[in-house]
Amino acid sequence: METYTLIVLLLAATIRVATPLLLAALAGMFSERSGVIALGLEGMMLGAAFASAAVAAVSGSAWLGLGAGIVAAMALALLLAFACVTQRGNQVIAGMAINLMVAGLGPALALAWFDLGGQTPQLEAAGQRFLSLRWPWAEAARAHPAPGLLYAELISGHNFLVYFAAALVPISAWVLYRTRFGLRLRAVGENPAAVDTAGVAVNRLRYQAVLISGALCGVAGTYLSTAASSGFVRDMTAGKGYLALAALIFGKWKPWPTCGACLLFAFTDALATRLQGVALPLVGVIPVQFILALPYVLTVLLLAGFVGTAVAPRAIGVPYLKEK
Amino acid sequence: MPALELRGIDKRFGAVHANRGVSFSAARGSVHGIIGENGAGKSTLMNIVYGLHRADAGEIRVQGRTVAISSPQDAIAAGIGMVHQHFMLVENFTVLENIVLGAEGGRRLAEGLGAARAGLEQLARDYGLEVPLDAIVSELPVGLQQRVEILKALYRGADILILDEPTAVLTPQEADQLFKMLERLRAQGKTVLLVTHKLREIMAVTDRVTVMRQGAIVGEVATCDTSPRELAEKMVGRAVLLNVERGPARPGATLLTVRDLEVRDRLGVARVKGVSFTLQAGEIVGIAGVAGNGQSELLETLAGIRAPSRGEIELGGRHLVREGLDARARRRLGLAHVPEDRLRMGVVAGYSAQDNAILGYHDLPAYQRGLLLDRAAVLAGCEKKMSAYDVRPPNPALRIGSFSGGNQQKLVLAREIDSDPRVLLIGQPTRGVDIGAIEFIHRQLVALRDAGKALLLVSVELEEILGLADRILVMSAGEIVGEIASADATEKKVGLMMAGVKGEGHA
Amino acid sequence: MSTPAKLPRWAELFLLPAINLLVALLLAGVVIKVMGESPWAALKLMTGGAFGSQESIGYTLYYATNFIFTGLAVAVAYHAGLFNIGAEGQAYIGGLGVGLVCLWLGAWPFWLVLPLAILAGALFGAGWAFIPAWLQARRGSHIVITTIMFNFIAAAVMTWLLVNVLIKPGQQSPESREFAPNAFMPALHELLAKVGITFTSTPLNLAFVLALAAAVLVWLLVWRTRWGYAMRVAGLNPAAAVYAGIHPPRVTIWAMLLSGALAGSLGLNELMGSQHRILLDFPGGAGFVGIAVALMGRNHPLGIFLAAVLFGALTQGGSQLSFDMPRVNRDMVVVIQGLVILSCGALENIFRRPLAALLARFAGRKDEV
Repeated sequence: METYTLIVLLLAATIRVATPLLLAALAGMFSERSGVIALGLEGMMLGAAFASAAVAAVSGSAWLGLGAGIVAAMALALLLAFACVTQRGNQVIAGMAINLMVAGLGPALALAWFDLGGQTPQLEAAGQRFLSLRWPWAEAARAHPAPGLLYAELISGHNFLVYFAAALVPISAWVLYRTRFGLRLRAVGENPAAVDTAGVAVNRLRYQAVLISGALCGVAGTYLSTAASSGFVRDMTAGKGYLALAALIFGKWKPWPTCGACLLFAFTDALATRLQGVALPLVGVIPVQFILALPYVLTVLLLAGFVGTAVAPRAIGVPYLKEK
Repeated sequence: MPALELRGIDKRFGAVHANRGVSFSAARGSVHGIIGENGAGKSTLMNIVYGLHRADAGEIRVQGRTVAISSPQDAIAAGIGMVHQHFMLVENFTVLENIVLGAEGGRRLAEGLGAARAGLEQLARDYGLEVPLDAIVSELPVGLQQRVEILKALYRGADILILDEPTAVLTPQEADQLFKMLERLRAQGKTVLLVTHKLREIMAVTDRVTVMRQGAIVGEVATCDTSPRELAEKMVGRAVLLNVERGPARPGATLLTVRDLEVRDRLGVARVKGVSFTLQAGEIVGIAGVAGNGQSELLETLAGIRAPSRGEIELGGRHLVREGLDARARRRLGLAHVPEDRLRMGVVAGYSAQDNAILGYHDLPAYQRGLLLDRAAVLAGCEKKMSAYDVRPPNPALRIGSFSGGNQQKLVLAREIDSDPRVLLIGQPTRGVDIGAIEFIHRQLVALRDAGKALLLVSVELEEILGLADRILVMSAGEIVGEIASADATEKKVGLMMAGVKGEGHA
Repeated sequence: MSTPAKLPRWAELFLLPAINLLVALLLAGVVIKVMGESPWAALKLMTGGAFGSQESIGYTLYYATNFIFTGLAVAVAYHAGLFNIGAEGQAYIGGLGVGLVCLWLGAWPFWLVLPLAILAGALFGAGWAFIPAWLQARRGSHIVITTIMFNFIAAAVMTWLLVNVLIKPGQQSPESREFAPNAFMPALHELLAKVGITFTSTPLNLAFVLALAAAVLVWLLVWRTRWGYAMRVAGLNPAAAVYAGIHPPRVTIWAMLLSGALAGSLGLNELMGSQHRILLDFPGGAGFVGIAVALMGRNHPLGIFLAAVLFGALTQGGSQLSFDMPRVNRDMVVVIQGLVILSCGALENIFRRPLAALLARFAGRKDEV
């Protein structure tokens, strides 16, 4: 039973770590499926983390914080789209620039506004954060270990944003494969000229996709600063935007496999925390850094074609030029 | 009332005046040809009609009404459809998805796709345009992909259908099928604009023909009142010299031997299938064929750019394949190459003329000074080539993109010949090249032959092959289907062979 | 017309980057204004902090040294048509090589340690770049993504090494022991003192001279040798490269090895020249600043030198700023770096087109006269 509890707790931690990854990876999916490289996930997420924590701290409302996070990330997305779509700039550079800019802007503004050394105030009052929701009978169920604990820890006991992220997977799949917008989105990332000559505006579609990506990053960033922790701190995304990109590639730009990749990567993270300093039978202590680096190594192996193949949307990274 | 009428369409791209006050009209229920050389402004004009380019001035009238067309959306709304030379298809989508893209009929796909399927089956029956709706486009042959494009336009209710160089990728048989289809469309009252630079197509299928030259219209006639020669003269602006003046060839020793060469593309499909031939000093051998029948792959394999999956190439006693000699090593053995697609392969657009003049020869000792490049030698070499080949303007520091196509090609030719090769491979020597330069280049090629070089000429312009080659090899579907001496060759004979009818093998 | 507007060379090389910088500074000024400080005062503080004294100049050039190395690294890869985002990780691992030589052979005479350290830094940096390079060349794995991944892997490897292997026994913070004094890169003020010039004591050291030498060598290699010629052909037009008998995969590998070696040399300045030990995250983002430096310097060594000095000045001026203006911290410098990358790299056409039109009009007027 001890092992069972351990596993359930590990899985529950996995879900918590996976949530921002999943939100960001799906954000990246919309962007990359439209043909715009999603290197700005990190920056959009970080910007949202700052904006939501700042607004939640000042207004006292986590929901207003969420709104601010989404608005901030969408504003950055708009800038990204302007650079990549309208100006046809280099998409890698635009993404890197946004990441760098926000990495500085968040702490700089935090210092100027809150004077706490580059952080936002601790979110302590009720309503400033997204707290775990207790589902009916969760506490009672805890007493019945096998299904009860599973229910209490895995199904119940997460905050709203976790459930939102989970629901987003089928929703994204539905949008991508069952709607007009999804058809056009998939087409524009493969062959924008075909979309254009079919009478659909390419740039408008790409703007929509990048803005959706911004909105989802907004939720991801809000999760980091107002749900997973209580306030914004410097560099709090810590590479999650890039990890999400890796998960997207690992999931071959498809919603369900991407979700699977996010869970896998989150699991390695939860496992690393759990295994810190623990000697395992046969292998001994596995350095936590190696477990944390595993997702990156796996993604490189995938890109190298050693474990399956990843075929990117064909038109990715290429600005659409109407007049040739 | 004409179905489509253009008035004073004018368009500039920077310094290039692509369309100069173009006006013409196409009657309802007709097939109207637009013919002109590459670069005459045909595609620009059609892209303006379809909303892909915006005219600087002019008016477009559809069924008598002036319409403002600033995007394909507007064109589609006005009942105009277009089949582009390069198909506008999403390759990993099904046929059905491709056809409904942009005309899905509702936010949710399922209903729209269902309705479209019924409508398309009807449409396909009406016009004899059957295609498997659930097949993935990339798995269809080119001819069927073209049908998908036509269906796409018809499904959007096009009454005016523009076809831009539709036969470039088709065999003559497939082209004939296409023409039958166009006749059916005409019978149903549709208007077809056929854009091409091939006289045969104009004569075969059009009712009227408009001739364009250098962005302007230089003539319009009923097809039954004209002849290919008259059209050709209008296209180039004077009587064409179909035959380059040249004496008989005096073939010497065999320089290049190709044996049972097979080349596969990245997908493993054989593009060149067991090709064998020899090339003698002092002759020009032409390879004729519809574009896409393995000529390009053959040329690139000989040059060392592609690796064959089977077979051997012998040059002066060396086995190029077995010894694994790459493009650089082959150049040093005296195998020069003027590539088919100059801008894609033959020059580096961002480089100056002088830097382009050493491409492929940049590691010759003549250009080195110790570890460094000898810039003075590079410059002097370029100046020499420019004056010998009359490249204008003779400025080695100018970026290659600033030169006209003809002058670029002259520089490339000069570069390849300067190393005094034994064998010259040359692809599409006059593609995108102005008339004056064409003559110059043709004369140079004949002079090279007379100097005892062996030339292998690949061209999709049958007239060029007939005019220059001493022997003609005809390729179809990756095989050499026949060989014919130039004295016996006529356009008809070679055309039949290109269509895959095996020749009788004059040797 | 859709092709990028053409500018005269001087405008392309100097005017446009200057405008890019101006716009970035202007936007940064807006941010400072939002923070409730005076942008004008901030600019004065930064300029003074960067160039106001011998000490500040020394620091500026010391930071610039790192950026020259990483800027050259990004530029060399760029000329081969590759976007090396992994300079950060290559600098990190390269520094390990430098540090190991200094730790192990620190007792040897300096003139023996120096070449070995240079070699080790280059080899380690190149080695770290080799895997993404090989994967791109042979397996077609997108180098932008793999180099990003390798930055994270490098960080994990280095953290592990510093925490578990290299850490000085009996110490809490993950750092190696200090190098032996023989392995210290001579500071420039010491060298200048030998020829009778007095200069304030700063971390500026011999590595600055090495960086300048690297810039000259890169210039010679890229523009004056057949290898550089081949590299640029492969970068500009891979099909033409194949046609010319150049093997783009081979170029990819060589260019990335060189790029990694240049990035790996950062340790010469940062570790041998200043920190005198291996410590966590010593590249401190210089690999990413290298992207900005290369972009702004138009991937030309001279431009890279100027841009590196500029970014060195921003770094040094920024720390002065955070010292004197309590409401503004060093993060402002990162904001400016981001803005410069944005305006130079992603939004360059905004200014290019109007500028081209303006210059054309100006030229036209001159012709009329």
